[in-house]
Amino acid sequence: MKDKTMPAEEAVARLSSGMTLGIGGWGSRRKPMALVRALLRSGITDLTVVSYGGPDVGMLAAAGRIRKLVTAFVTLDSIPLEPHYRAARERGAFELTEIDEAMFLWGLRAAANRLPFLPVRAGFGSDVMRVNPGLRTVTSPYEDGETFVAVPALRMDAALVHVNRADRSGNGQYLGPDPYFDDLFCAAADTAYVSCERIVETAELTKQGPPQTLLIRRHTVTGVVEAPNGAHFTSCAPDYGRDEAFQKTYATTPWPEFEAGFLAGDEQTYQSAAREAT
Amino acid sequence: MTGPSRAEYCVIACAEAWRGDGEVLASPMGPIPSIGARLARLTFAPDLLLTDGEALLVRPDGTPEGWLPYREHLAWVTGGRRHVMMGASQIDRFGNQNISCIGDWELPKRQLLGVRGAPANTLNNPTSYWIPRHSRRVFVERVDMVCGVGYDRADGARYHRIPRVVSDLGVFDFATPDRSMRLASLHPGVTVEQVIDATGFELTVPEGVPATREPTDEELRLIREVVDPAGARAREVAA
Repeated sequence: MKDKTMPAEEAVARLSSGMTLGIGGWGSRRKPMALVRALLRSGITDLTVVSYGGPDVGMLAAAGRIRKLVTAFVTLDSIPLEPHYRAARERGAFELTEIDEAMFLWGLRAAANRLPFLPVRAGFGSDVMRVNPGLRTVTSPYEDGETFVAVPALRMDAALVHVNRADRSGNGQYLGPDPYFDDLFCAAADTAYVSCERIVETAELTKQGPPQTLLIRRHTVTGVVEAPNGAHFTSCAPDYGRDEAFQKTYATTPWPEFEAGFLAGDEQTYQSAAREAT
Repeated sequence: MTGPSRAEYCVIACAEAWRGDGEVLASPMGPIPSIGARLARLTFAPDLLLTDGEALLVRPDGTPEGWLPYREHLAWVTGGRRHVMMGASQIDRFGNQNISCIGDWELPKRQLLGVRGAPANTLNNPTSYWIPRHSRRVFVERVDMVCGVGYDRADGARYHRIPRVVSDLGVFDFATPDRSMRLASLHPGVTVEQVIDATGFELTVPEGVPATREPTDEELRLIREVVDPAGARAREVAA
C-alpha cells in the first residue's frame, strides 16, 4: 500500500490557482483549517470554493482568494453571521452560486456517482431559480409527470477534509456524531487531501471505534496530513469542541490585524499564538 | 403560580403547530419553538420525534433514541415526515420568507445566512415560521430574496403547506380565499391595531379575533420546571 502522508505544504503545493476546491465540515465544525491556513500561506488564488460554509470561506474570502463560491449558507454557528464573509459579499468581492442545502447534497451525490445531475424537489418558486439562471429542469418520464430541478454534479478538482484519525494510506475515521459530507466530498473530487488529528496504524482504527466510523476510503484519497488541532478553532468532537473565545477574537478582529497576528508564520506559530491569545 | 407571560403564550402558540402531526420530526429553530416542540411532545403530541440540534434523535429528557446526522436530516425533509419551524428575516403576505440577504442579491446591503434548506423545506414538508419581534421590517410587502416559498409562488406544489406563523404579537394562518395571511389569534394584552401597525402589508383581520389559548396549569409547570427552568424564553420575548 502506498504511503500517502505528506506535510500540509506539500498537499497545497499540488493545488493551483483557478481550481475548483471542495471543503468538508459544516459551518464552524470539523473544518480542515490547518489545510486552509496552508492555502492562505501559498499564493494560490482565483478559486471556486464549494462548501457548507464556515470560517474556511470567511478567511479565503477576506484574503481575496475566491473567484466564485458555491454554497447554501456561511455561518460560525454560535455566531450566526460570518463577519468576514459578509463584508466580502457586501463589497462584491466574488461571484456567488447560492443553492439549497439539499440541492448541494444531491450535487455531491451526482458527482460521486458519475452522473451529470440528480433531480430534486427543491428550488421551484424560490429565487434560487432567479439567481441561478443556468439551472435546468427535468420531467419525470413516469405517469406522475412532475418537473424537478436537475442539480448539476458538483465535480471538483480537489477536496480538503479533516477527520479524527487516519492511517498512512488514507483510510479516514470520524469519532464524533456526524460524518457531515466528507466522504462525498472525497468521492466527488479528482484528488482529496485528508488532514487528521493523529495518524495511526491501520489496526488501531477499529480499536478506536466500530467499522462504521471508517468514513473515508483510501481509494478516494491522494494525501494524508497529520495536523493535531488542525480543525482549530472549529470543533472536532470528541477530540475538542469549538474554541469559542478564539472564534470571537477571529470574528471581532479586523482582517488585516488577524492575518498579521495569526497567519503570518507557519502552523506551529499559529497554534502557539492562538494558545496565547485565549 | 403567577399568570402566563407573553413568552409563555408564544411557547403555547408554537407548540400548537405540531398538534395532530403524529410520528413526524419536529425541527424547531430558536429557543421558543424548541421549548414549544418539547412541550408538545410531553403533552398532546406524544409521538413526535425530537432532535438535539446535532446528530441525535432524543426523548424530551435528552435520552438518545436515534441517529440523525445532517445528510439524513436533509433526506428526511424530502420524505416529508417532518414539520419545521424556521425563522424569517423577512416574510410577506403569502408566506414567502427570506433569510439570505437584504437588498439586491447581486450586491446586498446586508448579507445574511443564505437560503439554507428553505427552498427544499417548503416544497417537501410543512413549514411554519417563528418571528420573535413582529415589525414592519420583518412583515414586508415583498421579500428581497425568496428562500422559503409562499402560497402565491408554490403553484399548487403537491407537498407545499405553511400551517402557521407565530410572532410575539399573535398567530397567523393563510385561511383566506387567495391564501394570503390572516390574523388567527392575538396573544393576551395585544390589540388588533398594534398588529396592523407592526405589519407592512394588508392583513386579513376577521371579526372577533380569538385570543391565543391559555396554557393549562400543567403546561405552565412543565415549561417552568421541566422544559425551560433556566428561562431562555424570557430572553427571547420579554414579559
